[in-house]
Amino acid sequence: MKLNRKYKIRTDNLSFWYGERQALFNNSLDIEANKITAIIGPSGCGKSTHLRVYNRIFELYRGQKAEGKILLDGENILDEDVDLLDLRRRIGMIFQKPTPFPMSVFDNVAYPLKLHYKLKGSELEARVEAALKGASLWDEVKDSLGKNGLALSGGQQQRLSIARAIAAEPEVLLMDEPTSAIDPIATAKIEELMDSLRERFTIVIVTHNMQQAARISDTTAFFYRGRIVEVGDTKDFFNNPKDPLTQDYLSVKFKK
Amino acid sequence: MSERVFKSLTFAAASLTVVLAASFLIVLWFSGFEAWKTFGLKFLFTDVWNPSSGEFGALGALSGTLFTSLLALLIATPLAFAAAMWASDAPKWIASPLSRAMDMLAAIPSVIFGMWGIDFICPHFGFSLFSASLILSIMILPYITAVMRDVITMTPDVLKESAYGLGATRFEVVKDVILSFGKNGLAGGIFIGLGRALGETMAVLFVAGGLNMIPSGLFDGCTTIASALANDFAEAEGLHRSVLFALGFILLMLEFAIQILAQLYLKRGKIK
Ligand SMILES: Nc1ncnc2c1ncn2[C@@H]1O[C@H](COP(=O)(O)OP(=O)(O)OP(=O)(O)O)[C@@H](O)[C@H]1O
Ligand SMILES: [Mg+2]
Repeated sequence: MKLNRKYKIRTDNLSFWYGERQALFNNSLDIEANKITAIIGPSGCGKSTHLRVYNRIFELYRGQKAEGKILLDGENILDEDVDLLDLRRRIGMIFQKPTPFPMSVFDNVAYPLKLHYKLKGSELEARVEAALKGASLWDEVKDSLGKNGLALSGGQQQRLSIARAIAAEPEVLLMDEPTSAIDPIATAKIEELMDSLRERFTIVIVTHNMQQAARISDTTAFFYRGRIVEVGDTKDFFNNPKDPLTQDYLSVKFKK
Repeated sequence: MSERVFKSLTFAAASLTVVLAASFLIVLWFSGFEAWKTFGLKFLFTDVWNPSSGEFGALGALSGTLFTSLLALLIATPLAFAAAMWASDAPKWIASPLSRAMDMLAAIPSVIFGMWGIDFICPHFGFSLFSASLILSIMILPYITAVMRDVITMTPDVLKESAYGLGATRFEVVKDVILSFGKNGLAGGIFIGLGRALGETMAVLFVAGGLNMIPSGLFDGCTTIASALANDFAEAEGLHRSVLFALGFILLMLEFAIQILAQLYLKRGKIK
């Protein structure tokens, strides 16, 4: 273990329930600042559940409950008195399927900016342009900013979702299988994009694709049945997995 | 039954309804022909209504119809939207019986609404445009609410989550995502409500006051085409009778137009 790492998020003893059913069991996980942390594990092991605690999006649903601590820059985001709107500005989320709103490309990206800042015409335009550039989409849409976001290709829609998520300058990006619904070429573009986003954001990505995790992440965490079995520097993790459960999982995954 | 027989039967049934609808229009047109011949297009633009001197204009009843229906929509739409939003979010054990109770409103015969209106609404608002609109708004509420409920549940969760995830409030999510995603469906629901309101007869007849002229205020008496027909038809003769058919023709054309708009919007809402 290297010393003096800078952690953006420290998850301490996190448990989660869907109604009566417990989905996460006393998990602790530290997320390093300006790094990419990959979460892997079999279907239903709690990867998405874990991610959805970080921006407290689970609270939209009745009966879902989290216990434990999640420190974002030292402040527990599970505290009652946390400003949820500000928390969600600081922590952006990208979903498996692209989620453009039924409005123009420009309005999609301007949306979070209008929510959080009172920006005027030219300043707003500049921020939208910067976000689209940040998501490597600008060149493809700069002449059709008025086009409906739904009219873009799948890969473009996902980059539009990323542009929208980074527009209001969040500190953390949560990505839940962001490339599993798009083709390999578009996936390659997004992986490249993530590499460049690392400088500005702390990224947590859930993926089913081991090669992807190995390629792009700095740290990898393996979830199994609601528990974190193993966490390590990505290189170490894949070359030299320690837990037998991890070894089994990786050997099956890589044989395929 | 073979596929072909079944197909030709459904085709026959569908054609029959078209023929029926067309024949209604034709009968209404010819039975009202004397009125159109006597007054020409001026019929549409005057609100005189004087059976003893034989002077008639459609504008009194037509304006009453439009005013009451539009005002009813104005009252019912926000209520329906609020009810639908609430139902989409409230716990099931309370939301679903209440939704069903709301649907039951639609099964209450309109004459009952009329009787209830005389006792509970008219004492406050008189026999007036406003009373009629209020009754109508209650009557169309279940229709609009049902469509809005569908529209709201149609908006994918992940789209709502994206908006919340960007830091939107509940109000902003409704306004910016649910409404814009479902705007066609919502428009369809509103048109369905409008169609109901335009043709509503008994309830309006009971509470509107039956004054056949352009209403000059919210609390003035008025009438609507449908209730004027119900009120006058039994005793009308000659030109008066023909005028009523002409009014019926106008109402039917209005209803067809609204229906077509409603279907168009509902269909467009589904494609997305
Ligand atoms: N809304 C819900 N209500 C009840 N149980 C749920 C709900 N969502 C998830 N679960 C359960 O919680 C567990 C963890 O689910 P989660 O979605 O976090 O898994 P995951 O690791 O993201 O799986 P996948 O790889 O398939 O996306 C699963 O057993 C799942 O069935
Ligand atoms: Mg998942």
